Amino acid sequence: MRTASILGAALTLLASPSLAQDINITTYGGAFAEALNEAYTKPFAAETGIGARMIDNSDPPAKLKAEVEAGNVTSEVYDVEQSDVIRLCDEGLIEPIDPALLPAAADGTPAADDYLPGALHECGVAIMVWSTVIAYDTEAFPDAAPATVADFFDLETFPGKRGIIKRPKYALEFALMGDGVPPEEVYDVLATPEGVDRAFAKLDEIKDQVVWWEAGAQAPQLLADGEVSMTLAYNGRIFDAIVAEGKPFAFIWDGQNLDMDYWVIPVGAANTEAAMKYIAYSTDPVRQADLSKYIAYGPSRLSAATNVGLYKDGTTEMAPYLPTTPENAAVALVNDAGFWADHGTELTERFSAWLAAN
Amino acid sequence: MANALDPHAAIVVQASAATPAPLTTADGQPLTRALARSQRVARRRAFMLVLPLLAFILVTFALPIGQMLGRSVHNDGYSANMSRMAAWFAANPPGTEREEAAFEALARDISDAAAARTIGIVGTRINYDVPGTRSLFTSSGRQLRELPDPPFRKAMVEINPQWDNDRLWVAMRSASTAVTGNFYLAAVDRTRNEDGAVMRVAENQRVYLMLFWRTFMLSLLITGLTFVLGFPIAHLLATLPTRRSNLLMILVLLPFWTSLLVRTTAWIVLLQQQGVVNDILVWLGVIGNGQRLQMIYNQTGTIVAMTHILLPFMVLPLYSVMRTINPSYVRAARSLGATSWTAFRRVYFPQTLPGFGAGALLVFILAVGYYITPALVGGSSGQLISNMIAVHMTDTLNWSLAAALAALLLAGVLALYWIYDRLVGIDNLKLG
Repeated sequence: MRTASILGAALTLLASPSLAQDINITTYGGAFAEALNEAYTKPFAAETGIGARMIDNSDPPAKLKAEVEAGNVTSEVYDVEQSDVIRLCDEGLIEPIDPALLPAAADGTPAADDYLPGALHECGVAIMVWSTVIAYDTEAFPDAAPATVADFFDLETFPGKRGIIKRPKYALEFALMGDGVPPEEVYDVLATPEGVDRAFAKLDEIKDQVVWWEAGAQAPQLLADGEVSMTLAYNGRIFDAIVAEGKPFAFIWDGQNLDMDYWVIPVGAANTEAAMKYIAYSTDPVRQADLSKYIAYGPSRLSAATNVGLYKDGTTEMAPYLPTTPENAAVALVNDAGFWADHGTELTERFSAWLAAN
Repeated sequence: MANALDPHAAIVVQASAATPAPLTTADGQPLTRALARSQRVARRRAFMLVLPLLAFILVTFALPIGQMLGRSVHNDGYSANMSRMAAWFAANPPGTEREEAAFEALARDISDAAAARTIGIVGTRINYDVPGTRSLFTSSGRQLRELPDPPFRKAMVEINPQWDNDRLWVAMRSASTAVTGNFYLAAVDRTRNEDGAVMRVAENQRVYLMLFWRTFMLSLLITGLTFVLGFPIAHLLATLPTRRSNLLMILVLLPFWTSLLVRTTAWIVLLQQQGVVNDILVWLGVIGNGQRLQMIYNQTGTIVAMTHILLPFMVLPLYSVMRTINPSYVRAARSLGATSWTAFRRVYFPQTLPGFGAGALLVFILAVGYYITPALVGGSSGQLISNMIAVHMTDTLNWSLAAALAALLLAGVLALYWIYDRLVGIDNLKLG
């Protein structure tokens, strides 16, 4: 018993809520948290005098859920992914966010009309956009560079192995777009049994030439080692390989699959007013673009795309590397977390069975 | 009467005379009670010493595993949030015509769940049984914030014709009680049809039984490989002079202490098509540049990497047992005329079996639950069941199915452990 009470006391100490005026911001940590800290949190604290502290956690949505259910919320703002916004909002664990409280664009367009589709959710505001995109080794194709999703599936014109993430998500969407389905119809087609068959039939065409990868770091590694000539990859990883390591890689933005991270406020947060101030501050169109100075993620606001400047190295123009730059985003698909919440289990089973059948 | 010379006689006489007065301690308490008390105090003190460990194991091991396994049969996402429907299903046996009252209960429950923002939980629960229905619940919930006018059946079908679907109602009936076996059905590639009868899922969805089978077969193969490779190493370690065997031991232990990820990626560097082994083969002219071998991102890669990573778990128990085997037994066998093979087979090898048992059990159980290595190097044919469990934990968030798969895996391992105990005897296990 004594051990239990000591344990309990220790836990309470660890999880003490923030002071009255301050806010805590829980994120996944890593390079993205550093970028958030430099672009938003530090200037916010300096300008408003509201103390703001970044907290790293390996699984913010799980922490949020546990804290709200225990009635002991330690952070005012959480960084979560799209599927988590939908789930947490459905479960009533996060507060609705009124878009009227977000700053308008420079030309007066209200915030509600200034976001990418899906970026404003009832309970969350997208803070950045990353994408799953086709990357290729320019040295593998000296004559003609591939430019479309269809080229990814064209083994004759563009020989070499292909890297694909070992998940139905992304793989099936790219397969349909490679088969000529326009982005806006991809999820409608994929919701039908014929559409799923069609996607797998497309993947069948290149199946024996595919190297399946699991961890994000594997994609640039496979390209660098010459194991594959083209691969699906997360844009940030390829950006690092190009800019930091000088690799001869390039993007095919055609058919890229956009994902977003969101700010959310948990139900029962101590300081929702300051949290909302922080969210409004960080989503201002000018400041939102500041994030791209530190990391290769694009702004979720349409009017912020033109405000993007140089990378922190002072020489790299960021716009060509961002998924949100208008010419890159021309043929893009916004990942539908709602669709995957509906069909994830079923398609994962089908995908695994398909993988195993040789 | 006892002989006067019998030395025991006096005691017997004394004892029989003293029966009424029990033995007491110096302060007059009965000895038995004082003894029991002092033993109780000692036991309690001993228990207090292990209490922290016990609490730790309970909190960090037994409780989470128990809770996780509980999820495989218990999911009240629907029953707890759709009370009218649960009541209707309880009152009406299977096969009852869905009348107006049922649809009214459905509309009212969805409306309430949408207001309470629990509709996502409800939809997720049904979605596990009928894919694609999660959004049916959430979108209908948005439209049902205000109750429609009766008749409710017509109103619900107008919102979405899916609401009159037989399979959906079977799923809702089965979810109306929190305890369900459906996740175990799903974990063995079974499902329920419109009539609620168990049947196999479509052929292109069948994956779990195959993965269980593959996991157990690969684990057995890897256990066998580690034995074949590890036995000579362990023998060498046990018989070499200490100075040289210590050096060899470091070669066994260094990889053991190296991070799993480092060793796995090292194998990628060696075995990939543009990797070291293929480069050497091409350079030697064994294969042409266009015929580079596919040795990783498939089953071969999984077997090679896992065998290497698990090898120390076989070598170390074997070594510790071999160290204790007295070399004079083999010498005696040889002097009695046995050939070296017979001496090995009949005398030396049987004595190493406890080490083999321990090593095999360790390697097999670790291999069955292996996750990172097959995920990284398994490609399409080297996936194990643990990879699917991980996908359902982190990707599809179908924790109940993940729990059911994990429970089956655990049961399989326990069953094999039991068989091992019956065949070999767990007392023969020797870890060192």
